[in-house]
Amino acid sequence: MDSPLITVIDPGMGNLHSVCRAWERAGAEIRLAASPDGVEETAALVFPGQGGMSHCMARLEQSGWAQTIKDWIAQDKPFFGICLGLQTLFEHSEEGNIKALGIFPGQVKRFQLGREYKIPHMGWNAARFRGGESPMTQGLDLSRDQFYFVHSYHVTTDEESLVWCETTYGYDFVSGIARGNCYATQYHPEKSQAKGLQIYRNFVESLESLSHT
Amino acid sequence: MSEPTPTGQVSVRIIPCLDVHAGRVVKGVNFVNLIDAGDPVEQAKAYEAQGADELVFLDITASSDERAIMRDVVERTASECFMPVTVGGGLRTVEDIRTMLNAGADKVSLNTAAVKNPQLIKDAADIFGNQCIVVAIDAKREVAPPGNDGGAAPIAPDGRCPQENTAGSNSPALPPVASGFRVYTHGGRTPTGLDAVAWAKEVVRLGAGEILLTSMDADGTKVGYDIELTRAVSEAVEVPVIASGGAGTLDHLVDVLKEGKASAVLAASIFHFGTYSIREAKEHLNAAGLPVRLPVGSD
Repeated sequence: MDSPLITVIDPGMGNLHSVCRAWERAGAEIRLAASPDGVEETAALVFPGQGGMSHCMARLEQSGWAQTIKDWIAQDKPFFGICLGLQTLFEHSEEGNIKALGIFPGQVKRFQLGREYKIPHMGWNAARFRGGESPMTQGLDLSRDQFYFVHSYHVTTDEESLVWCETTYGYDFVSGIARGNCYATQYHPEKSQAKGLQIYRNFVESLESLSHT
Repeated sequence: MSEPTPTGQVSVRIIPCLDVHAGRVVKGVNFVNLIDAGDPVEQAKAYEAQGADELVFLDITASSDERAIMRDVVERTASECFMPVTVGGGLRTVEDIRTMLNAGADKVSLNTAAVKNPQLIKDAADIFGNQCIVVAIDAKREVAPPGNDGGAAPIAPDGRCPQENTAGSNSPALPPVASGFRVYTHGGRTPTGLDAVAWAKEVVRLGAGEILLTSMDADGTKVGYDIELTRAVSEAVEVPVIASGGAGTLDHLVDVLKEGKASAVLAASIFHFGTYSIREAKEHLNAAGLPVRLPVGSD
């Protein structure tokens, strides 16, 4: 069987080498795309957000990706967002005080923690997955496996059904969301060794089963 | 039931450092007498399998030819290892930084270039994000003035007389530094007028997302990290501090993470030569009550 073809959004900052290699390792074929042209031919959209929020949002608007991402998720096509690729899906970010894509209800806020907590939240921390085992958490320990984070802002939302996993850094925050075929994580699976690759592999396998239905 | 990390804290990180010269891993003792310790990509894979949390490549003699070799090392490593990789050594411009990030590095470490041109920190952080920019600070304790017989003088962490360091500390041309820790550049050879604690604050203000702090006194001695230096810098800045220089035993790691308030430890020789494995180090830290990511069986 052919590997599913995934479009990786290239916001023009470079530095997508490791995220592409990780998806390839997970069994996908990768197509890097600066613009939405041709995305319809591919099985899934991956958005590895990078750099600052304002810059990232500006690039999404200029390139046409902003509307494409909204339409793609509205149609419940497979999507995986990483880090800023999670945060941009919400309504507003304190980083740069800007409006984001507004696909899901919620805000992006800076960590408010005592001096004993370093900012950015950088390093390995556990994600606790809600909702029991699923094909997307196959091979993972649902409460103990650790993933690599590097961020100063995090998502807050009142829409509990959106929360896929949570992490504790001083307090609990949303470290991943899931809605239909849309997934996004605050942590970087491509930097999280075997357990991170497992998440990508699960997503790729879900594409293969989708294509058979 | 879920079991969060014990304190709601992120795990402390163990970061092996591979000093690379012309595409080969070497590690100096006090930056001389280099010993070849292998191929960097193979070493990186071995460390990943052991459960290293990140990896640092330090390009120790970065001429432009060698930087091309380093770019290749980084690209090959990033194709095979799925953990954060930092590259330092000889990066002087935004374009140098871009080259390494495009090759697959997650962060770059700036040292001498940041001292010579602090604007580079700001420019790079604005373009690539603070999380990409590590500033490496090489610090050395000031030598007690002549005539002071040592009662209140700063003592090197191993208790040896700091005057053994002959790199020109307390150059008469340079005024004293308030914290007692002076910043050095060029691999510890050149003293600057900068106070290590004040410089740490300044680089964070300019956009550094992390500080890699090396004690030039402790480096290569295996008598322990400089706790006092690490704590002074860590308490002065909001960003994580990686402690470096002096690791000889696993208790040294515990000490600098607990007492020195470091977020991570950099270590080279205690891992390279098989004295301890990363797994043993993690288990030791875990037993000491520190949050760690215990390695899973290799995949």
